[in-house]
Amino acid sequence: MRVADLTRRVRAKNAGPFRLTIDCFCATDADWRRLCTALPAYRVAQALAAGPDTVIRYELPSLRVLKFSLPRPGVQGAVGDRDLHGAQWALVIEALALPADA
Amino acid sequence: MLADPIGTLARPADSTRVLVPSGVLGLGFDREALARGVALAPDIIAIDGGSTDSGPCYLGTATSKYSQAVVAGEWQELLEARHAAGVPLVIGSAGTCGTDHQVDALLEITRDWAERRGVAVRVATIRTQQDAPTLIAAHRRGAVHPLSTNAGVKAGERDGERDETLADTLAACTHIVALAGAEAFIEALQGDADVVIAGRATDTALIAALPLMRMGLTGPSAGAGTDAGAAAGAAWHAAKIAECGALCSTRPSSGVILVDIDARGFSVQPLARGACCTPFTVSAHMLYENADPHVLVEPGGRLDVSGAHYEALDERSVRVTGSRWRSDPRYTLKLEGARALGHQCSSLVLVREPRYVQRIGEWCALLEARIRTDIERHLDVPADAVTLELRRIGVDAALGALEFETGSPVEVGILLIVTASDADTALDVARLANPSLLHLPLPDDDAMPSFAFPWSPAESVRGVLYGFCLDHVVEVEHPTALLRIAAVTVGSPAGEIA
Repeated sequence: MRVADLTRRVRAKNAGPFRLTIDCFCATDADWRRLCTALPAYRVAQALAAGPDTVIRYELPSLRVLKFSLPRPGVQGAVGDRDLHGAQWALVIEALALPADA
Repeated sequence: MLADPIGTLARPADSTRVLVPSGVLGLGFDREALARGVALAPDIIAIDGGSTDSGPCYLGTATSKYSQAVVAGEWQELLEARHAAGVPLVIGSAGTCGTDHQVDALLEITRDWAERRGVAVRVATIRTQQDAPTLIAAHRRGAVHPLSTNAGVKAGERDGERDETLADTLAACTHIVALAGAEAFIEALQGDADVVIAGRATDTALIAALPLMRMGLTGPSAGAGTDAGAAAGAAWHAAKIAECGALCSTRPSSGVILVDIDARGFSVQPLARGACCTPFTVSAHMLYENADPHVLVEPGGRLDVSGAHYEALDERSVRVTGSRWRSDPRYTLKLEGARALGHQCSSLVLVREPRYVQRIGEWCALLEARIRTDIERHLDVPADAVTLELRRIGVDAALGALEFETGSPVEVGILLIVTASDADTALDVARLANPSLLHLPLPDDDAMPSFAFPWSPAESVRGVLYGFCLDHVVEVEHPTALLRIAAVTVGSPAGEIA
């Protein structure tokens, strides 16, 4: 089971040059509840090589969205930045493996 | 033929109607939908002109991301629409970065149009560019505050470790802008401007300004004893929903959005055929490019949408109530600054030979070691004065070490990026790497391979690399303290008054 199996779309986007925000959109309430149970903030931090305490997690039941915001992994446009708009990081989250019983 | 069903929604008598042509000037809009919007008697036409989202180069160089021809064409169309509607036209963050130069550029397009059309247009300009000495003085008074531990004075540094004070960072910026709030637009509109051209501003301020002004929700006493938090909440929330144009609808590229704002809430509808706003598309837009899904921080306060209620009025329009505005005890303006971080050159070589494609990781490691050895041997520069990156297009160029898939590419593009402290060194390193990029053999290869350069010269001079280096706010005595608002009439004074 991967995050992609419980979501209809994962979107990553800059929230200004210094922060990144990732929205996981679920199709059903059941998928959203399973995702909320299976995906704590520290897993997202690990996946993006971010500090464990830097990821803020929001559960948004009315939108069936699980949202994560964190310092951007590298300032936008600085040496080493590979993606100015930060969209490709969504693919890393989509591919995250979840516990089999999620 | 059926009557046009779009835009027939009843509108509260005391509402302010804002027409938003698109998310940003230069991106295009649905012309039929814009004409429909003009016919629906808006009170103002408001459009954003910029963002940091395309990177630091634009602020670093005071340039615009979009084609000047496209921007001029679209701006003239909006001037015509404004003329037809007889209401103000407002733009913020002129020319992507919002520097004074970009305000002047839009003013010139406006002047040309007005002279050609033979009409007089009263233009208010809001200049928000900042000079370093003023901000350094503010910093020494303790009035400049960092927004996050992530950026601070180290943001954008090449090594992230350089010990530097904020004053030095401010002095090193090529351009600094402050983001104007709604009060600057209100002051310009109260001066009876036909057109308001602002430098950098928050995306929402230019939309929220007129409804706030009409509801009397400005100044220090605004809101005392009334339900002003709800009324201002409606204005700011409507502005956030409409600021990206039709991105809050089912047809994001159609551009044109209409919002009706009153003291109890707002309604939003797209004006292009086939586009719909639903409670989902509208409420989900609060997530977009916003780290906190419930709160939007603005100059002078914050919008809180945690109590917002979204109701479908019909299949294409949504009514929103329950948002709150909370004023902050002190008024701050967000700052953006960009500075030069170095000079860059790049080269691209295409590797198609199957045995090299199969062993591309090994080849790249050899290549990097070879280039570093050559730099040491031939160039009189310290090792840390040059940063080398080899990005493997077809393998992991987008995600780097976070790439989780392995495939079998037919070919791999190797993008060499050289960053150095001066332009000559950057170019010389790229030239020094040229023979290795072209011919470097694997150790067990007895023939000299040749890979594919797509052009001559193989090296591209990318010029100065800029970096965002401020993530701060400056506390001001009043909302327009650091901003410069002026008015000028352009076009034919003898002509028709617009």
